[in-house]
Amino acid sequence: MSDANSQALAHYQGNFLKEVEERVEEGHWVKMCMQCGVCAGSCPFGPHWEHSPQKLFMMVMSNKRDEVLTTDSMWMCTSCYTCIVRCPRKLPITHIMHGLANYSHRLGLAPKKQPTRDVARLFWNNLAKTGRINELKFSLALYFKDGLVQGIKNALSMQAVGMKLMKAKRLSPNELFGGHKCKNPKDIQTVIAKAREIEDRRKGLA
Amino acid sequence: MSKKQYAFYPGCSSQKGASASNYLNSIGVMCEKLDIQLNEIPDWNCCGASIGYAEGGELPRLAVSARNLALAEQNLPQQDMVSGCPACWLASRETIERLEESESLLAETNEALKEVGLNLKNDVKARHMVEVLIEDVGFDAIKEPVVKPLEGLKVAGYIGCQANRPFGIAGESFEDPKYLDNMVAAVGAEPLVDYDQKISCCGGALAFSEPEKSQKQIQDIVQSAYDHGADVIVTPCQLCQANVEIYQRDINKREGTKFEMPVMYYSQLMTVAYGGDAKQAGLDGNIIPSDKLKKFAG
Ligand code: SF4
Ligand code: SF4
Repeated sequence: MSDANSQALAHYQGNFLKEVEERVEEGHWVKMCMQCGVCAGSCPFGPHWEHSPQKLFMMVMSNKRDEVLTTDSMWMCTSCYTCIVRCPRKLPITHIMHGLANYSHRLGLAPKKQPTRDVARLFWNNLAKTGRINELKFSLALYFKDGLVQGIKNALSMQAVGMKLMKAKRLSPNELFGGHKCKNPKDIQTVIAKAREIEDRRKGLA
Repeated sequence: MSKKQYAFYPGCSSQKGASASNYLNSIGVMCEKLDIQLNEIPDWNCCGASIGYAEGGELPRLAVSARNLALAEQNLPQQDMVSGCPACWLASRETIERLEESESLLAETNEALKEVGLNLKNDVKARHMVEVLIEDVGFDAIKEPVVKPLEGLKVAGYIGCQANRPFGIAGESFEDPKYLDNMVAAVGAEPLVDYDQKISCCGGALAFSEPEKSQKQIQDIVQSAYDHGADVIVTPCQLCQANVEIYQRDINKREGTKFEMPVMYYSQLMTVAYGGDAKQAGLDGNIIPSDKLKKFAG
């Protein structure tokens, strides 16, 4: 078990709602949910959610910590924001899904090899390096995230599209050698590091 | 009339040689014709997009957007920030609102920005390009520069998610926004108002991680365009454009469909209607070309 997780368990003594309120982005909204079910019918990948947002909120309130933090449900969120505009109680549901996913990831409880988590990390690390997304390196990293053989297969299957995108000047081979970035990538790295330090301190994740 | 000035935030996909570079081209021509001056925010960075949450958490994500806002405030004071990208718009506006609601988050954000000599007052406005067109320019003025009305071009207006939710466009409903159809009509084309996938999700960033689930969405989006007799799908979103165009090939392979539906930006239609040529409209940037639109462009 990760240190952060044992520390959280000791600190909250079985009060998971309080833990969510204090540590999950927009988590203080959860108790406002009136279980109407509108959000549950809104997710584009609905059938693939083991627990709908409505159910997740119920589970937070009934202290089902393990189930909530280890499910891959939140990772099915496409950030379509349909739930937010429909919820009669105006819960920022999308952000709570993001927050739960992030928290479970930071505690080391998120399911291993969860593809959305892997892609999301690649994306963030790509931007955190230079300040701007390097689309070619990002796609190459994506192709190869499951290993060399699968990567070559993936890259070959998208090769035709890749060539067309290059011809259309929508993908630049220069991206491999430097490419798009901020003038001083150090600036962005500094801002991110400081922000993370402050947040980790506040949330006890340091 | 003096030009309207905006602090322009192109975003990662709309740089030269990036996946939506043709969007950038056509926005440039369109704005020129509409007397809009876009002043690029110096040294802007990635907004983090929605998918940034997994590693970025809350404060680092807000802080990267706050850096852009602070650069806009400092270098282009009194100008609204405008982006053509729904994700950039969303992240920026969300940051403004979150920091407005919480003094402690604003203080923490500024603590991080201080490390690089920046400070956010948080008095800038973040807007999407279509808001500028609808609210500041207006439909009548959008019509004015039209020299080649796109008569007979049948258009499925696909707005998608983030150019609509959660913030919405003033005066529009979330479930049935009409602005894109109205913009299409303003340039003389025929909006297919009954197209029923206009606010569906294309899978967003999960097109990379959950390709089959996303392609199921994309299949419905394209199939409905065919069912309604569309010549092209038009969208205000880069990720929608890329997902819906690029994955038609995979869907054809797996499902035996014969999709070859062009997916264009509203600004490409406008550029052609305003007399721009194929290059100015970035038509060479589409991997599924629209012969009809090319003909208009001459
Ligand atoms: S729509 Fe809102 S109130 Fe209804 S179940 Fe979902 S979160 Fe709860
Ligand atoms: S934003 Fe996420 S949680 Fe909300 S409806 Fe869309 S997929 Fe579901």
